[in-house]
Amino acid sequence: MTTEPALQLQDLEVVYRVRGVDRPVLRGLSLTVDKGGSYGLVGESGCGKTTAAFTVMRYLPRNGRVVSGSVHADGADLLAMGEAEVRRLRASTVSMVYQNPGAALNPSIRVGTQIAEVFELMGIAKNEAYDRAREMLRKVQLSDPAGGMRRYPHQLSGGGQQRVVIAMALASDPTLLILDEPTTGLDATVEAEVLDLVAALRAEFGTSVLFISHNLAVIRRMCERVGVLYAGRLVEEGDADTVFAEPRHPYTVGLLRCIPRGGLRKDRDRLDTIPGYLPQLGAPLPGCVFADRCGLVQEVCRTDEPPFHHVGGGHFSRCHFHDRAAELPRATSATPVPALAEAGAPSVVRLGNASKTYAHEGSAVRALVAVDLAIGPGETLGLVGESGSGKSTLARVLLGLTAPDTGSTVELAGEPLAPRIVRRSGDQVRALQTVFQNPDSALNRRASVRRIIGRALTKLVGVRGEQREQRLREIASSVRFDERLLSVRPVQLSGGLKQRVAIGRAFAGEPRVVVCDEPTSALDVSVQAAILNLLADLQADEGVTYLFISHDLGVVRYLSDRIAVLYLGRLMELGTAETVFNPPHHPYTEALLSAVPTVEGEERPRIRLEGEIPSASDPPSGCVFHTRCPRFLGSICVEQEPPLAEVEPGHFIRCHIPVGELRHLQAEPPKPRAFQSKTTS
Amino acid sequence: MTIVEEPAAPIAIPTRDEATIARRERIRLLFRSPAFVLGIVILGFWVVCAIFGTLIAPQNPQADDILNKLASPSADHLFGTDRLGRDVLSRVIVGAREILIMAPVATLLGTLLGTALGLVTGYYRGLVDEVVMRIVDALLSVPVIIVALLAITAVGPSRRTLILVIGIVFGMIIAKTVRAAVLSERELDYVQAARLRNERSPYIMFAEILPNVMGPVVVEFTVRLGYAIFTIATLAFLGFGADPSIPDWGTDISESYQFISAGVWWAVLFPALAIATLIVGINLIADAIAQTFER
Repeated sequence: MTTEPALQLQDLEVVYRVRGVDRPVLRGLSLTVDKGGSYGLVGESGCGKTTAAFTVMRYLPRNGRVVSGSVHADGADLLAMGEAEVRRLRASTVSMVYQNPGAALNPSIRVGTQIAEVFELMGIAKNEAYDRAREMLRKVQLSDPAGGMRRYPHQLSGGGQQRVVIAMALASDPTLLILDEPTTGLDATVEAEVLDLVAALRAEFGTSVLFISHNLAVIRRMCERVGVLYAGRLVEEGDADTVFAEPRHPYTVGLLRCIPRGGLRKDRDRLDTIPGYLPQLGAPLPGCVFADRCGLVQEVCRTDEPPFHHVGGGHFSRCHFHDRAAELPRATSATPVPALAEAGAPSVVRLGNASKTYAHEGSAVRALVAVDLAIGPGETLGLVGESGSGKSTLARVLLGLTAPDTGSTVELAGEPLAPRIVRRSGDQVRALQTVFQNPDSALNRRASVRRIIGRALTKLVGVRGEQREQRLREIASSVRFDERLLSVRPVQLSGGLKQRVAIGRAFAGEPRVVVCDEPTSALDVSVQAAILNLLADLQADEGVTYLFISHDLGVVRYLSDRIAVLYLGRLMELGTAETVFNPPHHPYTEALLSAVPTVEGEERPRIRLEGEIPSASDPPSGCVFHTRCPRFLGSICVEQEPPLAEVEPGHFIRCHIPVGELRHLQAEPPKPRAFQSKTTS
Repeated sequence: MTIVEEPAAPIAIPTRDEATIARRERIRLLFRSPAFVLGIVILGFWVVCAIFGTLIAPQNPQADDILNKLASPSADHLFGTDRLGRDVLSRVIVGAREILIMAPVATLLGTLLGTALGLVTGYYRGLVDEVVMRIVDALLSVPVIIVALLAITAVGPSRRTLILVIGIVFGMIIAKTVRAAVLSERELDYVQAARLRNERSPYIMFAEILPNVMGPVVVEFTVRLGYAIFTIATLAFLGFGADPSIPDWGTDISESYQFISAGVWWAVLFPALAIATLIVGINLIADAIAQTFER
């Protein structure tokens, strides 16, 4: 084995040519991925992470160009290679796994054939190639590898697809594997499995990894070295443990403070944000790239580019005042909002025995099964569960966008609500509003911000003319949206501003309940922090009730007073945020919590969930979770559905295991399942 | 508000509505495309002929001259004369009017009908969609020329019949395109957001969704315009022109093509070239417009 690093970037400068002007995207990027090492590249969107990956793969778009610098993979000069050599390199030395596995696979070719193709390209005979492909699928732990070979990509889940992509990437036994946001868009449980898989395969194949992610906790878990990228420049680099524990660049410090991590709560700790915006593509940055947003900025930062200071132990920081980075002043006030929720207050909104059955290809899909839930005034109820657990169906039933099955009731302040929104009164419609997950979809791209919020005011409140304009300005100011921007259309706004518009629209009619369906999952962490602060402020000011849906447990914990856990449309656990997050909890909650990586890097025992979430059209008998349960008891779980029992005041768990036993069990991790469950495929 | 927080700063305060800028940018791009400019020049030429035809034409297109019938192109008659001795050049120039009135009106009718139908079927889905789309499929399974011939035989040829028939048949085709665009559009959350503020369905369809599917609508209009010209000319050639007394390219070709074997090519070639250039011009424009929407 040579001592050449697996990947070495040296002073890489990459520009994109936009409207005839070269705009720098990577500014002198140097990094080294050691043989067998793992390097994490973090930063918010637009920092140049993917450009770096594409430069290595020689996949730069046509308007992109390497101005100077070098890229060496396994000692070979990548930029000097011809097309044929680059193809050979991609086939043998460097592989890449993209963010969206659905788009990376050919939808019309069976999975087995696609993987075997990689082996055939290496000159292996067809029969052997198929055998090797099956072996690869077994290695990436696809359930039922033989059957998986014959499937088409759309017949696999998102996690299954990503396993196939990883299998293809590793088929050529590359020296370097580049993973570009490989788990973004996957459920926490699936993400954890994919990350476990990458770690295990790395140990087995000795592959070096360049791991690109905006998720600091994932990088923390997966990488030994980490580089923080900002505006195309590496601002901090070091061993992952050191960088996350003692960040020495204000950007890293700011990013870490934005994350609602371990135990932070809205009524105790206000999140910090990073003010301002990423510099525009190609803006001249004579001094420090972060100067405009830095709380520690001095005159020298704007004029002199800081050197890459070595601050000890292979830890570098590109900051003139790296020794003071930890003293970065807060960008927001530290005063948290008061908690409004009172125990025992009459509920604002209540779901009674709420069920929803969809007819799908002749079978009944029970998306929601007999859910009883009440939310009080000023309270935030967090709703968690994997995709397909019925979170969005519950929200749609509440809002009247989907009519529940007969026998279900939805009440607003004690008054029954019609199942469909068209039958609800104006005041009732006004009382229940929502903030959607994706503002690009939720805001009409042909309408100005003024029309988007103004129309909601006209229809919900009935104000017009000058009065409407005045309300509009009040709303803009309450969501901290510059009123000079009211006449623009959503395309011109950043993700965070778009989400502020969506929040403004939801609050236009002074609602009593706002359903927030993953409102921050499309946003960067610093923007997420600002939106979470805004939601907390609005709740404190207006006393509104939230139903907050998120797959990010840290975010849910931060904002929620109580948390409900859904699995296959059934309520598995319900309790205050702290009781749900601390033992004893439902085995499903336990598994969800253990799947989430943290920025603290604390080692928690991983509880693996076997297989994928079962189909709602054919749910398991007895307790629906028994097929995957890490605490499986025995036949009682298969035969009887446990009741949702109140195990402590206000804390409900649907499990056959007595609560004392759960408490005792959860003091230590479960033993691997000994029995063969019937639906592992 | 008790909390002091930095207001979300804009990326840049725009001086003018960016949508207007985007529209201007699109138009600017169009005029930088040579194909589009050529198409505009060709179409412009025929539009001028249609409007000022009788003023431009060197001779009266209706004047017979039996002594000079089937004369080959010469200084007196640049494009020659037809079987009644009428000046082909003048007939080609004046003939633009008929087709440039009928085709756009028929296409406009088809676009309005098709857009409305596409919006309704795509938005409501379900039974309405099934019923309407099966009728559309049935209608489209018969070639447009046959439908038109049937209608004309039933009620007699007239401008109104031709426009209605072409408008309805093209409306069906356009409806399918618009419906497909609406289907993906209605899944977006802004449609749900509109329902959550009690909007009525017509508002959602026409004020919320329609502006977002204008791209395909404009493209369909320009593409169908070319087809409409072709269809009208074909019908006229088959003897189903709206009014045989008005100079018309299709009618002229049909009256003269029997003389081709006798070496009289000019009375057919020039009207045929007129049809061809007009359709090519419109298709150049259509392609360029479609490309700007694809960006």
